[in-house]
Amino acid sequence: MELNGGKVWLVIVLLALGTYLIRWSFLGLFGRKTFPEWVLRHLRYTPVAVLPGLVAPLVLWPEATGGEPDPARLAAALVTLALGCTTRNVLASILGGMATLYLALWILP
Amino acid sequence: MRPEVSRAFRRGAAAGLPFILVLGPFALLFGVVATEAGLPVLETFVMSVLVLAGAGQFTAVQLLAEQTPVLILLAAALTVNLRMAMYSASIAPYLRGASHWQRALAAYCLVDQNYALGLLEYEKRPEQGIAERLGFYFGVVVPIMPVWHGFTLVGALVGERIPDAFALDFALPITFLAMVAPALRTIPHVVAALVSVGAALLLAFLPYQIGLLGAALLAMCAGAATEQALRRRRGKGVAWS
Repeated sequence: MELNGGKVWLVIVLLALGTYLIRWSFLGLFGRKTFPEWVLRHLRYTPVAVLPGLVAPLVLWPEATGGEPDPARLAAALVTLALGCTTRNVLASILGGMATLYLALWILP
Repeated sequence: MRPEVSRAFRRGAAAGLPFILVLGPFALLFGVVATEAGLPVLETFVMSVLVLAGAGQFTAVQLLAEQTPVLILLAAALTVNLRMAMYSASIAPYLRGASHWQRALAAYCLVDQNYALGLLEYEKRPEQGIAERLGFYFGVVVPIMPVWHGFTLVGALVGERIPDAFALDFALPITFLAMVAPALRTIPHVVAALVSVGAALLLAFLPYQIGLLGAALLAMCAGAATEQALRRRRGKGVAWS
């Protein structure tokens, strides 16, 4: 599949602009102000609120197998998660996960 | 540059340099995954240069590949990047006194590394003036930022030549899992992640990834509520003991 044209550039420009404004917010605009405690409490959970929800359907219903659960991909996901929780090393988890995927794809019919 | 400022810059650079080992391969992976998802080399490279935020970029690429409407895609990717508003708020008091353009530049290159290393440095050396603080801040990113840009380009050029047999469709989910796992360090973080997964799967029937946004919102509230409940219980425990 080829992703190009206006929509991709629109996304790139708006994402860049939005991300810049998030970074600039307190450095440039609000100056002395800070967040009230309840806002900080919600902000702490933004990455763990989005990424697991994004990844769960990709793991359970991968497109490559037409949406059917796939033992090799499930095994790779579990190994990645286990490595990430124990080592807290992002790269080691990615490498371990991909190695598991290739191994499982090779062993399983 | 005054000698103490260039010393601060070099101290920042030395603290930031080891992160090349993490960011290089990570940028390489982004380049490969993005082109694998169908993004052309130029678009992939420009996204890394302008956005400069790994998790948000990976989110955007995945949702682009799923043909998500622009507004929903932006809402999801920007929510991932929202943590940097917190960085901005905590680093801003230390950079008070910097000029407008200095702060504008500092905002562009505010990343995990200079946020975390900067706070440590400023707490350790409270006597520093604004010039030294800026020196350290930019010292951290000057060596690592070109690595993010450059290795994205290398990854994109390589990614275009990798055949489908390598099952790189699954490199992206694996990357997300690897980014999330180390963040599951407290009970509220685990609760937020579980709510996010559960709600996203239950709401997956909704069109345009609306379910993902709903799940993210629920998960954020669940994490915050758990944190507060735990704190209240701990507070009571102290009162009784």
